[in-house]
Amino acid sequence: MHRVLGDRRAIAILLGPALLVYTLIMLVPTVWSLGYSFTQGNSIDGFTGNGLGNFSRLLSDQAVHDALWFTLKYAVVVTAGQVVAGYLLALLYVFFLKRASALIRTLVFFPVVLPTVAVGLLFQKLFQVAPQTGPVNSLLNAFGLESVDFFGSAGSAFWVLVVMDIWRSMGFYAVLLFAGLVDIPDEVLESARLDGASGLRLIRHIVLPLSLPVLMSSLIFSINGTLKVFDSVVALTNGGPGSDTTPLTLYMFQTSFTYSEYGYGSTIALLLTVVCLLVSLAVYRVSRRDITEG
Amino acid sequence: MAVDTPLKTATPGHRRPGQRARRPFRGTGGRLWTRIAVGLLLVVEVYPLVWMFLTSLKSNSDYLDNSTWSLPTTWEWGNYAEAWTTGNLGLYVKNSLLAVVPALALVLLLGTAAGFALQVMVWKGRSLTLVVFLAGMMVPPQMILLPLFTVYFQAGLSGTLWPLVLTYTGTGLPLTVFMMATYYRTVPRELFEAATLDGAGILRAFWTISVPMVRNALLTVGLVQFFFIWNDLLIALTFTNSQDLRTIQVGLLNFTGDFGATQYGPLFAAICINVFGTLVIYLFLNQKVMKGLTSGAVKG
Repeated sequence: MHRVLGDRRAIAILLGPALLVYTLIMLVPTVWSLGYSFTQGNSIDGFTGNGLGNFSRLLSDQAVHDALWFTLKYAVVVTAGQVVAGYLLALLYVFFLKRASALIRTLVFFPVVLPTVAVGLLFQKLFQVAPQTGPVNSLLNAFGLESVDFFGSAGSAFWVLVVMDIWRSMGFYAVLLFAGLVDIPDEVLESARLDGASGLRLIRHIVLPLSLPVLMSSLIFSINGTLKVFDSVVALTNGGPGSDTTPLTLYMFQTSFTYSEYGYGSTIALLLTVVCLLVSLAVYRVSRRDITEG
Repeated sequence: MAVDTPLKTATPGHRRPGQRARRPFRGTGGRLWTRIAVGLLLVVEVYPLVWMFLTSLKSNSDYLDNSTWSLPTTWEWGNYAEAWTTGNLGLYVKNSLLAVVPALALVLLLGTAAGFALQVMVWKGRSLTLVVFLAGMMVPPQMILLPLFTVYFQAGLSGTLWPLVLTYTGTGLPLTVFMMATYYRTVPRELFEAATLDGAGILRAFWTISVPMVRNALLTVGLVQFFFIWNDLLIALTFTNSQDLRTIQVGLLNFTGDFGATQYGPLFAAICINVFGTLVIYLFLNQKVMKGLTSGAVKG
């Protein structure tokens, strides 16, 4: 009976176009880019072989070290912030707002669909100090504090970026984690309460362990996105002040398209890919252990 | 692979009785703090957008000289016209539509067909092929930009919107194929076998029976892909080498430059136009958008 569903011609017609486009746009370029890492030049001037030159340059390039460090710092801080803020919101939805939470959920989710460029420009103006005192600095002034030039130093620019990306995405993680919390059976909560657990202890000992799987998948999803941060940085700080808020993605972009160094750009892209794979693998292994042991 | 479970439970009213029990904190103190927390949350979420809208109606001097909290002294609706024409936003929106619509159509058509072939059809190597598609979600887009740039340049496509259409289709496929395959899992295979007994070929059964059955899924996946493509900056920035090709995101990023000196009213108006486009879709389809975007995440 499986003959009709095993029709090779039909499979080729259905799958062929997608596989072809996917191969040409994603698979071939990925391998090709790997090849570029051993060359220098660009598509206009041509490429020449460079052996392992790009890789030794990668190791000694201070800008790469800074960008890698910034990427990791940003990914860890924003991932933690996104998941914690999302989890707090999800707890609020499930335990406090209950049925009334649908509207709040929908509202808090809205920034997720906003274009990052628009949000970046908006936050630039919210936190600006000149030529006009933006709302955040006005608020500081209202409390008698001095205005802060948020984009003038690496530290404060970093934190504005963090705040912006948490603002943008916490509604997403809230809905994701909300689904996990709703799945906890009432009987479990009720019996824990009969045993005298309440408030924070109930959350710490019952709710948290039971929502660990969905917390872990949020974590994996989040770290995978934050390691590839690009739009937010370009729109908010464009890597500045100087190159203090430049992640690997942006450094790769500048190397390739501002300085037309395709070979070295590919090597940085490769480093980014390897970092993403290693971090995902590490988080995945840790989460596996936690779930099986917990 | 529990893509469907969070969707069902995320809808309110689905919960079992015993609501009262779901409350670890008791007493009126909890209620007050809840209200304060929700109030604060709403201010943080909504005020920046309100501020942005009000500022988009201010004149330059109004913006620069008066308090940032104040309402516009005169309501300058002309800022929107200025952003649209002088700021070229009209052109950028047109470019975005010209890139997004064909890419979306292609990615849905190819992705649905591939999802059907991988989930409903029975053949050796189909799970391996699905894994190959999934691997595409792990690769950062930076990895494919440079070879594609070279190819598009040599093929003479550089001055057109084709690089965007092709790249969006390719990068959108992994998630689309995966989501469509997941939706087809809920449709029993026997249905298609029965249909082919009546004389219809399997390709016909795919088009006339399966596609209408997954039209809800198509809308959900279409929305997810729309937001990804519409909001994309990296690919658009890479392949739009002239001002005439800029999409709305690239155009907005370079917006201040087009006026010489910064015109704050039109700038905010341009941001608003960009935001309200997605707002309109979200107003009508928010439940679908939330389901779609979060189900894409629960793949592990």
